[in-house]
Amino acid sequence: MTNRIKKAARHVSQNEGLIFEKSAPGKRGMELPPLDVPTADAANALGEFARAEVPGFPEVSEIEVIRHFTRLSTWNYAIDLGMYPLGSCTMKYNPRVNEHVARLDGISTEHPYQPIELSQGCLRILELLQKCLLEITGMDALSLQPSAGAQGELTGLLLIRAYLESQGNARKKVLIPDSAHGTNPATAVIAGYEVQNIPSDSRGQIDTDQLRQIVNQDVAALMVTNPSTLGVFEQRIAETADILHKAGALLYMDGANMNALAGVARPGDFGVDVMHLNLHKTFSTPHGGGGPGAGPVLVKKILEPFLPVPVLVKKSDGSLALDCNRAKSIGRVRAFVGNFGVLVRALAYTLAYGSGMRQATEDAVVNANYIRKNLEGVYDLPYSLPSMHEVVFSDSKQKRRGVNTIDIAKRLIDYGFHPYTTAFPLIVPGALMIEPTESESKEECDLFIDAMRSIAQEAEENPDLVKTAPHSTRVGRLDEVGAARKPILRWRESKSSSAAD
Amino acid sequence: MRYLPKSPSERQEMLAAIGVRSADELFSSIPEQFRLKRKLDLPPALSEMEIIDYFRARAAENSRGYTSFLGAGVYNHHRSVVVDTILLRGEFLTSYTPYQAEISQGTLQAIFEFQTMMCQLTGMDVANASMWDGSTALAEAALMADRLTDRRRVVIARSVHPEYRQVLATYAKNLGMEIVEVGWTSRGQADLATIRELVHDDTSCVVVQSPNFFGVIEPTAEIAQIAHAKDALSVVGIAEPVSLAAINPPADADIVAMEAQGLGLPPSYGGPFAGVIATRDKFVRQLPGRLAGQTTDKEGRRGFVLTLATREQHIRREKATSNICTNQALCALAVTVQLTLLGKEGLKEMAQQNLSKAQFAAAELAKIPGVKLSFTGPTFNEFAIELPRSVKIVNQSLLREKIIGPLPLGQFYPELTKHGLVCVTETISRAEIERFAASLKKALAEPL
Repeated sequence: MTNRIKKAARHVSQNEGLIFEKSAPGKRGMELPPLDVPTADAANALGEFARAEVPGFPEVSEIEVIRHFTRLSTWNYAIDLGMYPLGSCTMKYNPRVNEHVARLDGISTEHPYQPIELSQGCLRILELLQKCLLEITGMDALSLQPSAGAQGELTGLLLIRAYLESQGNARKKVLIPDSAHGTNPATAVIAGYEVQNIPSDSRGQIDTDQLRQIVNQDVAALMVTNPSTLGVFEQRIAETADILHKAGALLYMDGANMNALAGVARPGDFGVDVMHLNLHKTFSTPHGGGGPGAGPVLVKKILEPFLPVPVLVKKSDGSLALDCNRAKSIGRVRAFVGNFGVLVRALAYTLAYGSGMRQATEDAVVNANYIRKNLEGVYDLPYSLPSMHEVVFSDSKQKRRGVNTIDIAKRLIDYGFHPYTTAFPLIVPGALMIEPTESESKEECDLFIDAMRSIAQEAEENPDLVKTAPHSTRVGRLDEVGAARKPILRWRESKSSSAAD
Repeated sequence: MRYLPKSPSERQEMLAAIGVRSADELFSSIPEQFRLKRKLDLPPALSEMEIIDYFRARAAENSRGYTSFLGAGVYNHHRSVVVDTILLRGEFLTSYTPYQAEISQGTLQAIFEFQTMMCQLTGMDVANASMWDGSTALAEAALMADRLTDRRRVVIARSVHPEYRQVLATYAKNLGMEIVEVGWTSRGQADLATIRELVHDDTSCVVVQSPNFFGVIEPTAEIAQIAHAKDALSVVGIAEPVSLAAINPPADADIVAMEAQGLGLPPSYGGPFAGVIATRDKFVRQLPGRLAGQTTDKEGRRGFVLTLATREQHIRREKATSNICTNQALCALAVTVQLTLLGKEGLKEMAQQNLSKAQFAAAELAKIPGVKLSFTGPTFNEFAIELPRSVKIVNQSLLREKIIGPLPLGQFYPELTKHGLVCVTETISRAEIERFAASLKKALAEPL
């Protein structure tokens, strides 16, 4: 390691094979109490359906299970280890009290079909979370059901379709800016719409002149991310909403970047008709290596009749209930009420800040701008409008030395940081998309700036060092092409696979 | 605020470095009329102690102290404390989707192990890294069959979980798909004669669930045969994964859509759970969701990466196989840990205990005058009973005895108002079963 690297040092990481390779017959890691009823004769009870055994299943003891997964865990980077500057992913601190309350007896133990009078605690949690999210977004009604952001998007578009159908014409197209997240177009197709991609203007903003030309009776909605994936507030958002509304179309907002707005501005106030939130971003529920998330969808009054079932309602006696009989509803988007455990965590986060949530937003924006200020000139800044919670540079300066954004990102690993988002948004070739969140101290931001400056210098002086990074990880860059060409997607007993390393 | 790591003077220092006087200036790009001029109208900030108190108070308003015989897609099995010990390791809990493979090998290898175990359980060749839940997995499986066959008609058994069918209807509505439903026989199984009549050259798939919503095991091999005769695919949903340790997997199916909650995840009022889609090797390029694959680095060291991403939305955008982005990685990890702990023998034992206790309970309940089993088909840990009066009314009496009784099937099937669904897992003791039977007997003896 070079002495430029201040944050990280090498440490021992243990080798560990696949759990199947550690198995030996007769071992086990869990035992049940003795059976207190007569043992059923499976052959008699199940006949032809009876299964003898699950072939290949591992057999290991409890300590081996603990060691196996603990060793694997040490091969991961995590927020708990340091800054995770992934743009548009909002990797902020995941408060531990959230984990505690989600596991309480009486919370994690509750069954979705238990009688409603024995579920009032769960429903009151949902009710309070709904109130908070409506206040934060300025919207009128919502559904907590969607499982993740992408399902929130789908639900939102289905709501738009149902509303437009009720007006006599579901329309054909959804407009999506070229800066949008990939789920937007994929979702529009499942909602039965054609996608029309629209280019941003020279400042990376929605081109309202162009929009005016495009919007007609075929357009159902525009899906916009605000602040955009460049981390910039859409200056003409109200005008955009106006153009759509005049043509009878609706404005959908992807709330992925709500972390820049909470307590500062409300989508409901600037013309948004439908939006979703990613509770695993702004509301701190853990990403857990890729889920679970939750993607509540929030709407204006006109869309409320179409919300998915069940809808939380208050009865005349003040008790809460789940209403499934709603004639205009788009239906159900998943089983049960939603990712309840995630909703519990999001409420715990919201309660911790309460009316002071703006401070988190301010700190997130301060961090992004501090990093921008300190790296401007070192890295190219293709769009110069003021940044909010994230900043997008490009690799054009470093490309002259053959070093691209992925190389820089991989080198960042050696400096003890997770890479930023690479190659997104699509409107910035070779993008470095950096979102520090409010969870980073000045010290951690300074170390990051230091690392980025140092890598820029390395790119000038010793580009190969950067291009072959990372140099300090358990495994080097992996052969992704080979993995896709001849996919090995599971362990098989017959194949003799070599032990790790 | 305890989550924010800046002192007031550090904030000032950073603002000065940026070149602004206050944080407000950083929001100047937001048009003036949209800047919120007041504090959010939310409760005052709570300390950790107050947050715990709030949720404890809510927990006390729920079902604590009751014995529950509910299943119906959400199963209460013993979860080892080791599961949460692992899940709470920050390196798993607070990591992102493993796009940066070099520093995500822990998550990636665990997913690879998860995929393997899901294949072993379901008898399929390949399984994805998890989906949102069983209901969306089933809908995505039907969409996958639609793409693979280029046909628009889905034949589905009414004995599939009613909420899963509702989700499929929501997804299918705007894609030009037609859904045809099939009833059940006195055995409680999908009516094969009707399936035979309804499956034509335009049918993309036949969808059943096994054990089905009534707990009855479906003859999946025969159903697959009927589908295959018309070049349609066989899709099998599984809501109770523990059943796969006692019941043969649907080896003839083309796509298996499973809810893995029963293997290490708490009921949690309906989520988060872990859906899975498993299928044949030849269909892998139409499989939605993430996949971890084995590969090597330059030194030849084994490692794992997310692979076949060309199916996915971040690459393909509107041409992707699905709009799914997140999976349920942490839930899949819980399942992997629980299954590893159980191992071959433990899983078999758990399944055997479920089968035995459910058989015992069914026999005890059937002894009560006026009570009989609704169906004659084979069951695992869940079965339907028919009562001489409305299940809803009987349940009110049972609640007084601190028992959450059978799920009233009338809420999903108007013709089954006197039928209720009973689930018995290894967590229910013999004494509880006997108390349930005694209370039910007493309730039925009460005048209406």
